[in-house]
Amino acid sequence: MQGRGGSPGFRFTLYAVLSVVVMYLDQRQHYLEHVRYVLQAAAYPIQLAVNSPPAAWRWLKESFQTREVLQADNARLHAEARDLELRTMRYEALARENAELRGLAQALPPVADRWLPAEIVNIQLSSLRQRLLLNRGAANGVFRGQAVLDDRGLIGQTTHVGPWSAEVILITDPEHAVPVRVERTGLRTIAVGAGDTSSLALPYLPANADIQKEDLLVTSGLGGVFPEGYPVARVTEVHRDAVQPLAQVRAAPLAHVDTDTEVMLVWFRADHPAAPAPATDASGELKHGNPAMQPRPAPPKPRTAPAADDAATAEDPADAAARKRAAPAPAPAAKPAADGAAQPSPQAGQP
Amino acid sequence: MNGESRLRMLLTALVALILTVLPLPPWLDVLRPIFLVLMVFYWSVNAPRTGGLALGFFAGLALDVFQGPVLGEHALALALVTYMAVREHQRIRSKPAIQQAMFVLLALVLYELVLFMIDGWTGHPVTSWLRWLHALTGALIWPPAAALFGYAAGRRA
Repeated sequence: MQGRGGSPGFRFTLYAVLSVVVMYLDQRQHYLEHVRYVLQAAAYPIQLAVNSPPAAWRWLKESFQTREVLQADNARLHAEARDLELRTMRYEALARENAELRGLAQALPPVADRWLPAEIVNIQLSSLRQRLLLNRGAANGVFRGQAVLDDRGLIGQTTHVGPWSAEVILITDPEHAVPVRVERTGLRTIAVGAGDTSSLALPYLPANADIQKEDLLVTSGLGGVFPEGYPVARVTEVHRDAVQPLAQVRAAPLAHVDTDTEVMLVWFRADHPAAPAPATDASGELKHGNPAMQPRPAPPKPRTAPAADDAATAEDPADAAARKRAAPAPAPAAKPAADGAAQPSPQAGQP
Repeated sequence: MNGESRLRMLLTALVALILTVLPLPPWLDVLRPIFLVLMVFYWSVNAPRTGGLALGFFAGLALDVFQGPVLGEHALALALVTYMAVREHQRIRSKPAIQQAMFVLLALVLYELVLFMIDGWTGHPVTSWLRWLHALTGALIWPPAAALFGYAAGRRA
């Protein structure tokens, strides 16, 4: 590598070594979070400038909206608000009923603690990368690996957080995988982004798995980012091939990834049973066994209400998973009993 | 004089960066040449002493901030392209634009190859053949782009 001038060759070697060191530090050690933080702050003005033509176009379109369109919008929003109010009216009663069925003394608060609307500043939608840039950052308390939702379902999670901006990786990004559960059967699997905004792939299902078109996929609560039970996607295509060991399943995300202009950053209660299970360590890999860990005795059967209360709050994710696995089998038998219990509960609720 | 051309270089590189990260519909995004690489190539060939390798490295770092999975990835690839362009600048500069486009195609393929390998090593493999498409469009757009860059760089013909 003797350059003609000598000097360019030497300097190239210098820069090459520098970039390899930077890559190593960024990839392996995560030492560069602070550098990234500063760089993201420096890049934010350019990203705002880049986004200004689409933003100006949106603003123009909005300000030249006709009266009829605005009135129609208003009427639709009123109808929607009424609809939602009707639905939430029953929520309190249902939460109390659920607490009674679980043997809890009080209804649990919702798992979402608080949320923050954020505007989408920049969108990268290609087959290689599906990212968003939001106008909220560490100054608003946003952290890395935070769940991002819209009004229909899951959108993604934050990857890099700057002081005033945060980058979000979408669930449809080819590098993103979200642990999901089939709502109908409780079957758990992983949904991987397929690289376009309208589909997710479920590559790890055996050919005889119980899954069909129109099945709803919700988050399973594993993986440490998303809490359990948020809608993710609806199955659009199930292809079973006699010679293939795995089924080819596609699903369409419920969130309107490509038309949203505003999304929600959500904080969850860490002590809630439905909260995301914490990862085992920073890299998510368990390298050494823990000799201090001993198998625990089976939990006592929940006979009385206070004991059940303890079991429900102190249970760890493994128990929850085991219980969930066992849940589909006794469900039909328990159903008539639940129906029976549902009748006296309004009377109990009245005094 | 040197200060002025350096300022022009930074301004044109900034414009090229904005064109590179401007949000576009997906089908157009695949076809979009990486203007920043073309711009750095232009400056390295026509004024190898003004920017030199530092331009390539820092332009690559800027790209990393906007769209890199790992910091330093685009920086390495672009530094390599800059090094080749600076080393061979006399040979490339004397060729007509059509033949220069061949060099550009080679440089862009090399650039993408470095990114492809680093993507694989760092665990973000993207194996779609679409990622190589921009090298072709970049080479196709080179003859008119080089004329435009020459105008922007202050070498009015």
